Amino acid sequence: MENSDTDPRLLVLAPGDNIAVARLEIADGTVLQVAGRSVTLQRAMGFGHKLALRDIAAGERIVKYGAPIGSATVAIALGDYVHSHNVASNYMASTVPVEAAL
Amino acid sequence: MTDMRGTAMRGWRRSDGRKGIRNYVAVAYLVECAHHVSKEIAWPYREAGAHVIGFPGCYPNAYALKMMQRLCTHPNVGAVLLISLGCEGFNKKLLERTIRDSGRPVQLLAIQENGGTRATIQKGRDWVEAQLKDLAAQPTEPMDVSELVVGTICGGSDATSGLTANPAMGRAFDFLVEEKAAAIFEETGELIGMEDWMAERAVTPELGIELKACVAKAARYYETLGYPSFAPGNADGGLTTIEEKSLGAYAKSGASPIAGIIKPGDIPPRGGLYLLDVVPDGEVRFGFPNISDNAEIAELIACGSHVILFSTGRGSVVGSALAPVIKVCANPRTYARMADDMDVNAGRILEGTADLDTVGREIFDLIKQVGAGEMTKSEGLGHQEFILTYKSFEPIGPACLPAVA
Repeated sequence: MENSDTDPRLLVLAPGDNIAVARLEIADGTVLQVAGRSVTLQRAMGFGHKLALRDIAAGERIVKYGAPIGSATVAIALGDYVHSHNVASNYMASTVPVEAAL
Repeated sequence: MTDMRGTAMRGWRRSDGRKGIRNYVAVAYLVECAHHVSKEIAWPYREAGAHVIGFPGCYPNAYALKMMQRLCTHPNVGAVLLISLGCEGFNKKLLERTIRDSGRPVQLLAIQENGGTRATIQKGRDWVEAQLKDLAAQPTEPMDVSELVVGTICGGSDATSGLTANPAMGRAFDFLVEEKAAAIFEETGELIGMEDWMAERAVTPELGIELKACVAKAARYYETLGYPSFAPGNADGGLTTIEEKSLGAYAKSGASPIAGIIKPGDIPPRGGLYLLDVVPDGEVRFGFPNISDNAEIAELIACGSHVILFSTGRGSVVGSALAPVIKVCANPRTYARMADDMDVNAGRILEGTADLDTVGREIFDLIKQVGAGEMTKSEGLGHQEFILTYKSFEPIGPACLPAVA
């Protein structure tokens, strides 16, 4: 399950997922290996927050544990933080304002 | 009770062909007024296999009657003592007949007709003691995994639940279904946003439509109660959408095809994965569908579950009457604090010391050990919680249990 070319602080939940989850809080500016590439975190990541494992095109499904949890609203690059600023529900408009989420 | 640890699964065969992994005497109160007497009767035998269940309401309720009928004829139950006050509305004669028709010894004692509290406790204890002796002498038979029914629930959840314990239990469910056991998941109110994805797993398109309707019913019900499905706190925890939040609970279902929908007290007709619809039908009535985890556990057991898998992040301690509860702890810190209460440490997934398959396999193996007589942590600690309250249901529709092709 573990991607050896991805930092152990990131948990890859299922093969085929395009996001990984932080196992613990990771500080702003931390350099992480993500799918073999070196990425500098642009912001602190809390436990359970998500990061892109590869480039994701706008409109593409975000896949976690093999299930779609929404779609990218803009292009997301490998190593980008993934949350309500770049992902929207396919089910209903997010009930949480972006500012509250960030 | 016979100690079967370290051996293969064995069960007590009942007249309906099902086998029990335990051989308990159920002491069932038929109204709250008979609860104290029931507790007193069972107390000296609580570690010998006497379990208290019951319905507190005085007014009759079809759901509660069906639940009690199913629970009193559950394969883990070998004999039943019914304790009535005497004037309650419960249909005790029908319940008694159901139990007798199942071939189980049954005794109905009405407190008002048996000289009150003290005399009824004595009569009840004499009966329980005699039954426990008889049950201890009953032979067991080899039992296969395909004869098992296993239910799953989460409670005291935190951000780790959906990442470790729930998907690990889902993996254990996949192993069970592969070996033709019946596996039941529920909490339709926590599947909102996952229903389209879930419907794709249904064995027929008609069942897929029913699965969506089932979640829509839950969404309406909880909305009426003013229960929010996605709160700002969820986003702070890193959850972006309602789908992602529901995915955590949904992960308990694993990846097998969904074979059907059942309601409380419906017994899965064959092996496979089933969704238990726990949300009442019709207009909102009687308040919250399930007031706490044990209400759902009782429903899973009424559907024939021999064992319950319980995922917890914050650290629930409950067990249940009638069926062993396996506690799968999602959070490694909680595990360190409460290891005595936990059967499995799924937090290792988060620490990177075990993967999902390893923990899923561990849960699967533990189910078989518990089926062979090993006690779970909550059983060993004497947890025998039980809750049954008022509800109303319509029978399931014809599309809910597609025939095997």
